[in-house]
Amino acid sequence: MLTYTIKRLLLAGLVTLTVSAISFGLLRLSGDVAAALAGSDATSADVEYLRRYYGLDRPLPVQYLDWLGHAVQGDFGQSLYFKQPVAGMIRERLPVTLTIGACGILFAIILGIPLGVVAALRPNSWLDRAALTLAVCGQALPSFWFALLLILLFGVMLRWLPIAGFGSWQQLVMPTIALGYHALPAIMRLTRAGMVEVLRSDYVRSAYAKGVGRPGVLFKHGLRNAIIPVVSLTAVQLGFMLGGSIVIESVFALHGIGHLAWQSISRRDLPVVQAVVLIISCSYVLITLLADLMNASLDPRIRVGGVR
Amino acid sequence: MSGPAEVQSVAAVLRGHDRLRRALRHGGLVAGAAAVIAMVVMALLAPHDPYTQNLALRMVNPIWHADGTWQHPLGTDGLGRDYLSRLIYGSRISLLIGFGCVPISGLIGSALGVAAGYFGGQTDLAVVFMITTRLSMLVVLVALAVVGLVGGSLTVVVAVLGLLLWDRFAVVMRAAVQQIRGLEYVAAAEAAGSSTLRILVRSVLPNVLDQLLVVATLKVAQAVLLEAALSFLGLGVQPPAPSWGLMVSEAKEHMFFSPWLITLPGAALFTLVLAINLLGDGLRDVAAPRRER
Repeated sequence: MLTYTIKRLLLAGLVTLTVSAISFGLLRLSGDVAAALAGSDATSADVEYLRRYYGLDRPLPVQYLDWLGHAVQGDFGQSLYFKQPVAGMIRERLPVTLTIGACGILFAIILGIPLGVVAALRPNSWLDRAALTLAVCGQALPSFWFALLLILLFGVMLRWLPIAGFGSWQQLVMPTIALGYHALPAIMRLTRAGMVEVLRSDYVRSAYAKGVGRPGVLFKHGLRNAIIPVVSLTAVQLGFMLGGSIVIESVFALHGIGHLAWQSISRRDLPVVQAVVLIISCSYVLITLLADLMNASLDPRIRVGGVR
Repeated sequence: MSGPAEVQSVAAVLRGHDRLRRALRHGGLVAGAAAVIAMVVMALLAPHDPYTQNLALRMVNPIWHADGTWQHPLGTDGLGRDYLSRLIYGSRISLLIGFGCVPISGLIGSALGVAAGYFGGQTDLAVVFMITTRLSMLVVLVALAVVGLVGGSLTVVVAVLGLLLWDRFAVVMRAAVQQIRGLEYVAAAEAAGSSTLRILVRSVLPNVLDQLLVVATLKVAQAVLLEAALSFLGLGVQPPAPSWGLMVSEAKEHMFFSPWLITLPGAALFTLVLAINLLGDGLRDVAAPRRER
């Protein structure tokens, strides 16, 4: 387990470094910070002055190392638009994104895993077919449109829920559904596939033969084995939700980091964009790392086999 | 020599027939294919000009309202543009995006995946690392940032999505080629002195085409959804282009009194993506009939 953990940690570190370098380079190459800083009616001499003043005339690798060095210490520079430290702005908005992300993934798990298990117990029953149809439709549903439909139905026509804002639990219901439904089909289908396979295996037959009751077989022998790939998938889906929250936060006017990223991109506020991209990528790497370690402790075969 | 070759070609034709029969019997595949073809035909035959504004006829109600007219069956938008024409033109943009960026990402991903699966060792490690890195960069965020900073246009969106969506191709191709790599006919081709390129093109590629096609359809669907999301956020295709995502975004301010302006483009988007996904799922079932679903 220790060797596996060390290998996996090294990989995560390397991936984080590469991602940060690529996104830094990509963003710098697609936008001119000095021009953005100077505004539209600045002369080229002004732009040149700002370029030198902020050290933007240095080679890109040097700027990257400088930025990374500060970022590691939690200093992401100043927002060009708000003229305040980026780190503080992110700290203020992170709880919103984390809350709807956690609610969204819980929503997907709580519905997806039981649906998958039930569908696997009775393959080709009407329930199985209904779940499959739901999954196929869910995968094709554009999230921004679904969010607006929810607003139209529950906010405007039925007037059950508030259509924007953050604070009460009622305000969380629609963002949770709009964010979580997208992960549901994948989780459900993978749970179902895993359960169908496991229930057909020899060890489940042996468990029945030695007199283990049905719930015992289903949960101890069945679900525990079927759930292993679902753990990784859930982690990946949680990562995607951080991206999806950009859309959902903008629809429901939630001030999380997704919304911040969107507005900062529109305002060409590069320091903020860079910080958000780095933080979201790091979260993704961290989440998948945790999922892999969790899987390794669930399934001894993984830690012996080493990093895939 | 002609004997066995003939037998083989007959077998191939039979296999093709068998596959076609299975495809035609697959409800989802037929429905999906029909819908996609209908969308393509529609995209080629748009009736009115979707850009003509008529400020005197703003927000005309669709035909199912009492005051609807056949002149504008689906009404007009906030600038008096015929909504039906805009919807139909929107399918062009979605289809262009889907079919424009998948060849790019398919080429990148397949090249990486085939190289990793065939050569193994260091190459494989490098490719797996590239896939992991790419997956850690969230498509929505990175695409949004790059398109936003470079400036949105159809070409930029196609290029950015094409350069980002190759991960699945690489994963699937790598696994498929790894499997084929160990088979006897590849060893035989090697023993016969074929060049690596010839082996890849003649012996490996035909056997992974099925899976390539399945991934490609699913990626077309993903690209269509991503373009719509980017345009919805105002950082994709720019107005006045009738992108479905953009149309939903423009209709947001009218959503309380003219909700059809939102429901229609979204429904079109949903139908197209659903059709493409059904097609992809169907192709997978037909390609691997023995696999239990």
